[in-house]
Amino acid sequence: MTNPSNLKYTASHEWVKTEADGTISIGITQHAQELLGDMVFVENPAVGRKLKTGEECAVVESVKAAADVYAPVAGVVAAVNSDLDSAPEKINADPYGAWMFKLKPDNAADVNGLMDATAYQKHVDSEAH
Amino acid sequence: MPFIPHTEPDIAAMLASIGAPNIDALFDEIPAALRSGKLTQVPEGMNEMQVSRLMHERAALDTPLLNFTGAGAYEHHIPAAVWEIATRGEFYTAYTPYQAEASQGTLQVLYEYQTMIASLTGMDASNASLYDGASALAEAILMAVRAHKSSRRVLLPATVSPLYRSVAQSIVKLQNIELVEIPFDAATGTTDLRALEQHAGSDIAALVIPQPNFFGALEDVDALTAWAHAQNALAIALVNPLSLALLKAPGNWSDTGADIAVGDGQPLGSPLSSGGPYFGFMCCKQALVRQMPGRIIGRTVDLDGKRGFTLTLQAREQHIRRAKATSNICSNQGLMVTAAAIHMALLGVDGLRRAAAASHANTQALTVQASGVHGVRRLFSAPHFHEVVLHLPKSSAAVLASMAEQGVAGGFDLQPHYPQLGNAILVCATETKTNEDLQRYVAALRHAL
Repeated sequence: MTNPSNLKYTASHEWVKTEADGTISIGITQHAQELLGDMVFVENPAVGRKLKTGEECAVVESVKAAADVYAPVAGVVAAVNSDLDSAPEKINADPYGAWMFKLKPDNAADVNGLMDATAYQKHVDSEAH
Repeated sequence: MPFIPHTEPDIAAMLASIGAPNIDALFDEIPAALRSGKLTQVPEGMNEMQVSRLMHERAALDTPLLNFTGAGAYEHHIPAAVWEIATRGEFYTAYTPYQAEASQGTLQVLYEYQTMIASLTGMDASNASLYDGASALAEAILMAVRAHKSSRRVLLPATVSPLYRSVAQSIVKLQNIELVEIPFDAATGTTDLRALEQHAGSDIAALVIPQPNFFGALEDVDALTAWAHAQNALAIALVNPLSLALLKAPGNWSDTGADIAVGDGQPLGSPLSSGGPYFGFMCCKQALVRQMPGRIIGRTVDLDGKRGFTLTLQAREQHIRRAKATSNICSNQGLMVTAAAIHMALLGVDGLRRAAAASHANTQALTVQASGVHGVRRLFSAPHFHEVVLHLPKSSAAVLASMAEQGVAGGFDLQPHYPQLGNAILVCATETKTNEDLQRYVAALRHAL
């Protein structure tokens, strides 16, 4: 699976999609879900919570690890994907479709500072050992 | 002399294999100034015969007293079969499993224990046990604060054991958690509901509800649980597991049920043993299970569809979450809960109920007879389980010392912990006491006064 070119990416393996209404959807990448393995639990932030850039705000738990998910930009949590409560495995099956939570960013332009698909792939390759 | 099961040739071969001249050379990067050298205060070692003799001499110094003291650890009859089975090598030497799935027998016993204690407390889930009741209370407080996410204040009644309150304070004080004491009603011996009401609407993560409380008295658990939930706070039940054979289980307190139930499992098969080991139990509602510390055993199926047991929800634990783990606890009181599981299985619901009822009845009888001694009266009007508070006309410490000289452990001196009660002692008569024992207590008390 290649990294979709219409998304932005973070060094901590989140993907970001700007929606038509100005909110951004956030999930974890194919690389992340592959490393973590079968998901068993997702803990999303509460709607309404204010987040700073890089703030730890969610946890994805797999059979072998629990990893933190970070806010890619500053904003307020606008929605969470409650499908993941009963079906966390959707993250494994469809990492770019299974969004975790949406933010209303403090500054829409902040998203432009994130990596594009090519830069992200280079980042993943450089982390490989 | 140390017991090391390697012979000199074994050691020489290992040293030769790694190229070290001797064992001391393996520690040569430790600076000379830090080495302890020979420990001059430590006597020379003894052989097995000498040690055995020394232990016999020391044991003869023990003076067994007829025991009427409870205060957190209770003398109950433990059927001989319990420790006969629990001391089998397969149970006795097994530690808390790390290659867990290879220890199916151990995991099954722990799973059965979890099932029984969850059933007894009326809760959805249990862990595989904690160190003791006091640290279980501390862990419950930490858990409630994590789950609440907003407040770091926990209300802790003065009717909770002073020893438990001290342990909880030690454990939580460095984590920015405030424990607020709620006084008790001097007439009933239970938590003062009006004093509690003063905290309504304030910032509270949880209310601890003891049942029975340290004085042996029964609290209004339904009202307390409902109050906590009305404040959007969690209700932490601190319970005597044997009492649950007679009393309403925490899962059924009020309409909503307590959120977390903890206590000490000592009454279920742990001998008194001069203070331990005992074990702490912790149970909770399903929604909180990911916040529960300690090991949790789960039941699952293998690739062939056969039933198996495993350590589950391990992503909470420190070997995975490190600093973000729910707790640093990664162990359990495996041997004590094995004994507890056997004890509960042997007694059954009916046997536990009979032991609890007999304890209650003996304490009732003791209270009536002791109150007949001139100057002695029972404090507190609330119903009790198997402990009561007696007020004495003389120094409680002196009376207890005199009773001990007569071979009777007369109770727990409350005066140092609750000076407002004056010369008060906490007295317990379990199912182990006969009518003659009660008469002996009264005679010793009369003599001491």
